[in-house]
Amino acid sequence: MQARFLALAALVAVSACKGGDGDAAATPVQETKLVVTGSSTVAPLFSEIAKRYEQKNPGMRIDVQTGGSGRGIADAQQGLAAIGMSSRALKPEETAGGLVGTPIAKDGIGIILHKDNPVKALDREKIVAIYSGTVRNWKEIGGKDAPITVVNKAEGRATLELFLVYTKLKATDIMASVVIGDNQQGIKTVAGNPDAIGYVSIGSAEYDAANGVPVKLVTIDGIEASTKTVTDGTFPLARELYLVTKGAPSGSAAALVEFARSPEVSDLVKAQFFVPSPRPVAEGGGPGAKPLETMTPTGS
Amino acid sequence: MPETVATTDIAGSFPSRNLSRVWLADRVFAVAVWGSAILVTGVFLWILGDLVRHGLSGLTWEFLTTAPKNAGRAGGIAPILVSTGLILAVCLAVSVPIGVGAAILLAEFSSDASVFGRIVRRSLDVLAGVPSIVFGLFGNALFCKYLGLGFSILSGGLTLACMVLPILIRATEEGFRSVPRDYRSSAAALGMSRTSTLFHLLLPAAVPGLTVGLVLGVGRAVAETAALIFTSGYVDRMPSSLMDSGRALSIHIFDLSMNVSGGDRNAYASALTLVILLLAVNGVAAWMADRWLHRRITSPT
Amino acid sequence: MADRILVWVLRSLAAVAGAVVVLIAVFLVAESVPVLREVGLLRFFTDASWHPASGLYNLTPMLWGTLFAMGGAVLIATPLGILSAVFSRWYAPAPVRVVYRRLVELLAGIPSVVYGFWGLVVLVPLIGKLHPPGPSLLAGIVVLAIMILPTIALMADAALANVPESYVRGAASLGLSRWGTLRGVVFPAAKSGLFTGVILETGRAIGETMAILMVAGNVVRTPDSLFAPIRTLTANIALEMAYATGSHRSALFVSGLVLMAMIVALAIGADLLAGKAKVHAHA
Repeated sequence: MQARFLALAALVAVSACKGGDGDAAATPVQETKLVVTGSSTVAPLFSEIAKRYEQKNPGMRIDVQTGGSGRGIADAQQGLAAIGMSSRALKPEETAGGLVGTPIAKDGIGIILHKDNPVKALDREKIVAIYSGTVRNWKEIGGKDAPITVVNKAEGRATLELFLVYTKLKATDIMASVVIGDNQQGIKTVAGNPDAIGYVSIGSAEYDAANGVPVKLVTIDGIEASTKTVTDGTFPLARELYLVTKGAPSGSAAALVEFARSPEVSDLVKAQFFVPSPRPVAEGGGPGAKPLETMTPTGS
Repeated sequence: MPETVATTDIAGSFPSRNLSRVWLADRVFAVAVWGSAILVTGVFLWILGDLVRHGLSGLTWEFLTTAPKNAGRAGGIAPILVSTGLILAVCLAVSVPIGVGAAILLAEFSSDASVFGRIVRRSLDVLAGVPSIVFGLFGNALFCKYLGLGFSILSGGLTLACMVLPILIRATEEGFRSVPRDYRSSAAALGMSRTSTLFHLLLPAAVPGLTVGLVLGVGRAVAETAALIFTSGYVDRMPSSLMDSGRALSIHIFDLSMNVSGGDRNAYASALTLVILLLAVNGVAAWMADRWLHRRITSPT
Repeated sequence: MADRILVWVLRSLAAVAGAVVVLIAVFLVAESVPVLREVGLLRFFTDASWHPASGLYNLTPMLWGTLFAMGGAVLIATPLGILSAVFSRWYAPAPVRVVYRRLVELLAGIPSVVYGFWGLVVLVPLIGKLHPPGPSLLAGIVVLAIMILPTIALMADAALANVPESYVRGAASLGLSRWGTLRGVVFPAAKSGLFTGVILETGRAIGETMAILMVAGNVVRTPDSLFAPIRTLTANIALEMAYATGSHRSALFVSGLVLMAMIVALAIGADLLAGKAKVHAHA
């Protein structure tokens, strides 16, 4: 049995070497490989963009890896990745280090409740009261008599930081009943609990609500939460998804970044439930490049 | 089975107080045993039933043979199946020789009191408890960065080998321990060298233990997510060599269920595929053990 | 001569296995040093709370979370697993035996995400109906127990299989009942294998990351009831590592180090127990 496994190992090793040589010998086109790492929020979108780019540019190979916005930014800084994906704007110390962020999509953050919850609209005050623990029961704000299950995002996430800016709370002020990591975990937690409240990406929530998941987006401060209001900029809670490069994008990375911002991939952006972000590249990619009212965390 | 007939008959035909208490203990125990089996089966059917209900519709031939489209919501999982298979192959190719070797050493060549043996054994116990995410970060630092393998199937397989080693070694070691001392004394009396005793006599006899180790190890390897995200990576392209990054099935399931909206159905279908593949692998393991020994590992001996 | 070479080859293979642990420990220490130098180890147990962004690093609530989740899971899974193995070996009719064994083997290979997902969409709402919010220590214990059950069940099965048939026949000829045979003869004989199974399952319970992250609530608070949400050290690393930089990242590695210290303590305890057991039983 040992012999068989050793034989298998040898076979695999040989085929691995052959694979490498075969590639170099058979492909006449020079293969350029770009490594892109970062946010798992951006990864599915950028994976699709990369695939389409590869189809149009044979010889290009783009490897997309996850690991979080922090890793993406760090890898871009250290040159371990050609491009970093980030779901938050760059902090001042990061732009000072020479990093440039190019926005490729916009994502709104909406408050979700269970479908059966009679409450349909909230305003900033109520949200702050619920999340800071001042209001603990739905009946205090016109709902049924049930304790509120507060769903909060884990520290460090861009969504949380945006929420903190909007509510003017500190991370230590929030009294959470459940802490979640990814959007889907948030949606599924609220879907499974009729008395829960949480905040997630608007696009995902819209899609899921339309496809039978028992959650709904509530109006905030009178503004409906939908990809439409995010697109026209009226919705207050929105953030951009960035491609981060060391210095302005250059070489093969530049073409890829351009492609990612072009109308050619708007359908891909929409398919991932984000909103295309058709704005010119600005050095620094931080608040300076913003028009009007979208809120971005200014670096905590 | 001899014991079934003997005990209950004897216990039932003597009406004295002591024996009826024994009879009661037997009954209570039997209830506990059957109860556990029913509970475990029930839980399994519950979970599997969920998978089947939501995922069966997505399990088509096309699903198994095409590449993912639209972030995995459409298309199939062919490249992912290949990547998973390769990662598993690397993991086993590395961990089985090291594991069996270490197990042999621990069981045969080190006395119970040997310091080296104790240290290795306890190190393995510690290794068994290291969180999968620490393995992922460690694997990333050692294989991807320090050894320069980058995000690759090789890195993933090597990291998984580290994770699987303790299970493999301990289970195999138990297998060796179970071989009666008589075998070894008889072999010595016949003048066989230890090496020869090992390969011709003990290894075959310890195969059931090794098989359990393999089944548990493969199960653990295939079920791993956190360790692979940082080592074999996220790329869902068909890999052309071991140095390519390849997405494992468990990561695909994670991405579809937790990261991508609308990916649930394919997540379930992928999970169902995994379960079926496991059935196949475990079945093959049992068959191989059976063939090797000419007896089934499920026999009462 | 061949024997000597063999021993040295085997020694080096075993050493490789042992070396991995050392490497991991070194790695964890190296990554933890930055924040330890800045803040010292004591604050990891005495700060007001866990909010690394604001410089607060108390790990104790999460340590309790890990201990309770692991303890609860092992308490439930061990008897169920051993009884499962007994069922498969002695109580199950022949055709059922094979099917049941396949079933348990399958449970061992289901990814943690699947268990977590099932826990999130099926178990948590159920518990929530009983006592909000749902994601809780109880959910964590149940999911963990299901996940580690196959380990103890399969190891116990192998251990029971290795008990010489002569022992069982001897017990039957002495007129021992089935329970008596198991309790007095089989279990003691299978002790070593059962013990290994418990160690492996405990290790798995401590090291589980994904599934517990999805169902246990992840609130950093020492649990005061089964229905309270908890965060384990592993879930903490998984949750925050992706977005942590600098001291925060380093602090997460410290929690990994604390986890390893806990496992080492358990392993040493196991070693002492095993030493005592060997004195009593000389198979």
